[in-house]
Amino acid sequence: MNETLMLTVLTIITAATPLVYAALGELVVERAGVLNLGVEGMMLGGAVCSFAVAHYSGSATLGIVAGLLAGMLLALIFAFLTLSLQSSQVATGLALTIFGIGISALIGQSLVGIAFAGLPALHIPWLSDLPIVGRLLFSHDVLVYGSFLMVALVAWFLNRTRAGLVLRAVGDSHHAAHALGIRVVRVRYLATLFGGACAGLGGAYLSLVYTPMWSENMSAGRGWIALALVVFSVWQPGRLLLGAYLFGGISILQLHGQALGINVPSQLMSMLPYLTTILVLVLISRDRGRIRRNAPASIGQAFHPTT
Amino acid sequence: MSVYLKRMGVVLGAAVLSAVALSAQAADPFKVGFIYVGPVGDHGWTYRHDVGRKALETEFGEGVETTFVESVPEGADAERVIRKLASSGHNLIFTTSFGFMNPTLKVAKDFPDVKFEHATGYKRTDNVSTYGARFYEGRAVIGTMAGMMTKSNIVGYIGSFPIPEVVRGINAFTIAMRKVNPDAEVKVVWVNSWYDPGKEADAAKALIDQGADIITQHTDSPAPLQVAEERGVYGFGQASDMSAFAPKSQLTSIIDNWDAYYVDRTRAAMDGSWASMDTWGGIKSGMVSFPEYSADVPDDVKEAAEVVRDGIIGGTLHPFQGPVLNQAGEEILPAGEVMDDGTLLGMNFYVQGVQGDLPK
Amino acid sequence: MIALQRRADPSRLMGYLAPLLALLITLLAGLILFAILGVPVGAAFYSFFVEPVSNLYGVAELAVKAAPLVIIGVALSIGFRAQVWNIGAEGQLILGAITGAAVALLFYEVDVWYVLPLMMLASVAGGMAWAAIPALLKTRFNVNEILTSLMLTYVAVLLLSWLVSGPMRDPDGFNFPESRLFHDAALLPRILDGTRLHLGAVVALGVVVAGWVLLSRTLLGFALRVNGAAPRAGAHAGFNQSKLIWIALLLGGGCAGLAGLFEVAGPIGQLLPSISPGYGFTAIIVAFLGRLHPVGVLFASLVMALSYLGGETAQITLNLPLAVTGVFQGMLLFFLLATDVLINYRVVLK
Repeated sequence: MNETLMLTVLTIITAATPLVYAALGELVVERAGVLNLGVEGMMLGGAVCSFAVAHYSGSATLGIVAGLLAGMLLALIFAFLTLSLQSSQVATGLALTIFGIGISALIGQSLVGIAFAGLPALHIPWLSDLPIVGRLLFSHDVLVYGSFLMVALVAWFLNRTRAGLVLRAVGDSHHAAHALGIRVVRVRYLATLFGGACAGLGGAYLSLVYTPMWSENMSAGRGWIALALVVFSVWQPGRLLLGAYLFGGISILQLHGQALGINVPSQLMSMLPYLTTILVLVLISRDRGRIRRNAPASIGQAFHPTT
Repeated sequence: MSVYLKRMGVVLGAAVLSAVALSAQAADPFKVGFIYVGPVGDHGWTYRHDVGRKALETEFGEGVETTFVESVPEGADAERVIRKLASSGHNLIFTTSFGFMNPTLKVAKDFPDVKFEHATGYKRTDNVSTYGARFYEGRAVIGTMAGMMTKSNIVGYIGSFPIPEVVRGINAFTIAMRKVNPDAEVKVVWVNSWYDPGKEADAAKALIDQGADIITQHTDSPAPLQVAEERGVYGFGQASDMSAFAPKSQLTSIIDNWDAYYVDRTRAAMDGSWASMDTWGGIKSGMVSFPEYSADVPDDVKEAAEVVRDGIIGGTLHPFQGPVLNQAGEEILPAGEVMDDGTLLGMNFYVQGVQGDLPK
Repeated sequence: MIALQRRADPSRLMGYLAPLLALLITLLAGLILFAILGVPVGAAFYSFFVEPVSNLYGVAELAVKAAPLVIIGVALSIGFRAQVWNIGAEGQLILGAITGAAVALLFYEVDVWYVLPLMMLASVAGGMAWAAIPALLKTRFNVNEILTSLMLTYVAVLLLSWLVSGPMRDPDGFNFPESRLFHDAALLPRILDGTRLHLGAVVALGVVVAGWVLLSRTLLGFALRVNGAAPRAGAHAGFNQSKLIWIALLLGGGCAGLAGLFEVAGPIGQLLPSISPGYGFTAIIVAFLGRLHPVGVLFASLVMALSYLGGETAQITLNLPLAVTGVFQGMLLFFLLATDVLINYRVVLK
C-alpha cells in the first residue's frame, strides 16, 4: 500500500467522522419516530461550545463534553416543542437550524481568529507501530474510535436489547406502544436528546479536530448531508457507516481527480458525491420489502395519549 | 430624525423616545454604510472589510457613524439593503462583493447625492466608484518564495471559483515561481466555495498527498494552513495574517488592507472632494501587504521576495511582463510588453506551468 | 400538573388568538434578549416589525420577498398533505431560473410579446423536469424522495455555477460569472411605480386561490388529502399512489421553477451564481407554519418575509449583528409553533 493511498484513506476518515456522529444520532431519533431537521443547528451549537470550553479551559475533554451538552440543550428545545407542545416536527426542526446558526454566531463572536492545537492522536502502544495497519487503524484521535464504537453500540442497542425494542416499537406504532404501557413521550425525549448529543459531538469534531478553530457557519451544510445519510442507510447503523464513508470517499477522490488534472469542469466534479449517493440509493432501494421493514412507520407524526 | 421621531412617537414608550432624542442632540455624524456578502466572523474577506470599517471609527471618532449589514445574499435582497442604507441617511456606501454591482448601480441612479463604492466591479457612474486590490502583485511575491522553497517542484493551489480574479492570481503566482524555478509546476484544485473550512482542508490534504510541499489558497479560511502545519509543509495565508493557526507553516500572507482606502474615501466624501474613479491598488498603495516572514524563510528567499516586492512598488517589475506563454507554450505577450488592465481583468486562460485545464 | 386535552374540533378562536399570543411571548423573550444585549427594546421591536413596512416601498418589498415563499409554500403544502416530502424546491427553483433565463438569452434583444410567456413556460418545465427525477426514482425504484430531492439541490447549485461561468456567461462581462442583463421584453412588468412590486406578487395571490380551490373543491384535492391520511384509500377516488406522487412533485417543481424565474426576470434581471437566499427551504417552514393551508401559507410567508426585512433594518438602525437576528427569528418561530398547541388542545390542570 503506497503512502498516497494511505494518506487518502486517513483524509476520508476525517471527512466522514462528523457525518457518522450526526447521522447516527438522527438515526436513533428517527427510529423513535421523530424527525429532527435541526441537525445543522445542533452541530454548530456543539462546535462553538466545545471550541469555547476547550479554549478557555485548555482541556479538549471538557470541550467534547461541552459540545455534547450543547447539542442536547438545543435538542431539548426541539423535544419540548414537538413532544410536549405537539408542534410540527418539520417546521420546528428548521426553526432550530435558524436558531442554532444565530446563537452559535453570537456565542462565537469573540472566538474568531483564535487557534487551538487540536486533539492529539492516540498512539496505541505497539499496535500503532505496526506497518500500514498501525497508521490506518491505531493512530487516530479519540473521537474517531468513538464513532466506530458508537455505531456498534447503537446497532447492538437497537437490535439486541429490550430498550432498543421499546424504542423501535415507539417509532413503528406509537399507539400500539402506548397500549402496551410504554411511555412514548419519555422514550422520544431520550432519543431526541441522544440525537442532540451526537450532533453536538459531530460539531465538536469539526471545531476541535477537522479544522481546529471556530468560524461562523463552519459546518457548511454537513447537518443536511447527515440527514440524507440516515435515509440512505435505511435506518441501519452499519449501512450508515458505509454511506458516510462512501460520501466522504467520493468527496475526497474528486479533489484528487482535480489535482491529477482530469479535464472536467470542477463544478461537475463536485456533483459526484451527490450523484453517487443517489445512484447507490437507487440500487439498494429496489428491494421494497427491506425499506418497508426498516422505515419507522410513525416518523414525523405527533403523538398524544388521547389522540 | 424628526420624521423618525414622529413615526415612533405613538408606538413607543417615553424611555426610548428620550434615548433617541438624546442622540439627536449631538451634531449629525457623517454616516457610512457597508454591505457584506459573508458574516463578519468568517476571518476572511468580510472580516477584513469590517476591520476597515472599524478603522473609520478609530480615525474619525464621533464624526463618523458606521453601519453594516452582513451575510447579504447576492440576489434580489442586495438592492433592497443598499436602498435602505441610502434612504436612511447614509452619505457613503461601500458594497463589498462583485455580485452587488448591478444592484449598486440601480440604487445609485435614484440617489444622486449619495456616494457609492463598489468593490471588485467594473461599472462606474458619477456617484459610483469602483475599487479593488491587485492581489496578484502579492501572488508574484509569494510565487517567488514558493519557487525557491519547493523541493518536490509541485505547488498546490486551492481555488474557490474559476473566475478571472482567481485565475489572475494563479497565473501571477506561476509566472513568478517559474522565473526562479523553471521546473516547478502548479496543481490547482477548485472547491467551488469561498468558504467551507472542511472542504478547504480536504483540498489541501489531496494536494499534499499528491506531492505538493507548498500550499497556497484563494479561499477564506485558515483551514488549509492548519493542514499544512500538521503535515509539515509550507503555506501562505490569505486575507489576514493567519500565523496564529500555523506558526511554522505560514511563510507569509497576502493581507487585504482596506483601512487606508476607506479612511481616504470617507474623508474625501466629507470634505466634498469625492469624485467617481476606479482604484486598483496594490502593494504600493498598501492595499496589499505582508506580515513578518516566518523564521523558516531562508535569507536568500527573503531577499528575492523583497526584490520582487520593491520592484513592483518602484514600477520596475510587473507580474505580467512579457514574454508570457500560455499552456501550449505559445507566446501571448511578447518580451518587453506589460499586460494591459483589460486583459488582466477578464483573464480566463492558464499560463505555462499550471497543470490541468481551466474549467470553462 | 398541567396536561393537554385534545379538543373535539380545532378552536377557531384560538386560530386567531394563538399567533397574537406568540407575538406577545416573543415580545417578552425579546425584552429579555435585548435587555441582556443592552439594546433598547422598544426600538428593537419597532425596527423588526414596524419600520420595514412603514412606507409603500417597504410594503412592496414585503410582497416581493413573500411572493416566492407563497408560490412555493402553497405547492409544497399540497404535496405534504399527500405525504410527498419534496424538500428540494430550492433546486427546482434554480432549474426554473436556468431554463427561463436560457429563453431570455436565446431571444436576447428580440422585442416580441411572447418572450416572457415563453420564459415562464420554460421555467415551469425546468422546475418540473428537476422534480420529475425524484418522482421517477420514487415510483420506479422506490427511492426516498427526501434524499433525492435534497441531493439534487446541491447538484442544481453547482450546475448553475458552471453555466454562469461558462456557457451562459455574459460575453461582454470580462468573464465574470453572470449572464447578460435581460433586455426589457424579458423583464417582468412592474405593477407599482417606484417599487419593485412585480407580476409575481399577483401570481402568488392567484396560487393561493388556486391552491385553495384545488384542495377543497376538486376530486384531485380530495385524493391528495386522502392519500396523506391513508395511502391505499386514495385509489378509490380514481388516483393511484404513483400518480399522486407524480402530481405532487410536478406541482411543487413547476411552482418552484416559476418562482425562480420571477426572481431572475423580476428584481434581479439576470442570471447570477446565487439567485435565491434559500426560498425553497424557507418555504418548507412556511408550509408548516401555515398549517398546510393556502391561506395560512400566505400569512406565514408574510411573517417570515417581515422577519427577514426586520433583521436587515435592525442591523442598520441598531447595529444588531445578524446573529441576534437569527436568534430572535428562531425564537419567533418557536413561539408561533408552540402556541399552535392551543388550537387543537385545551390546557387543563390535573
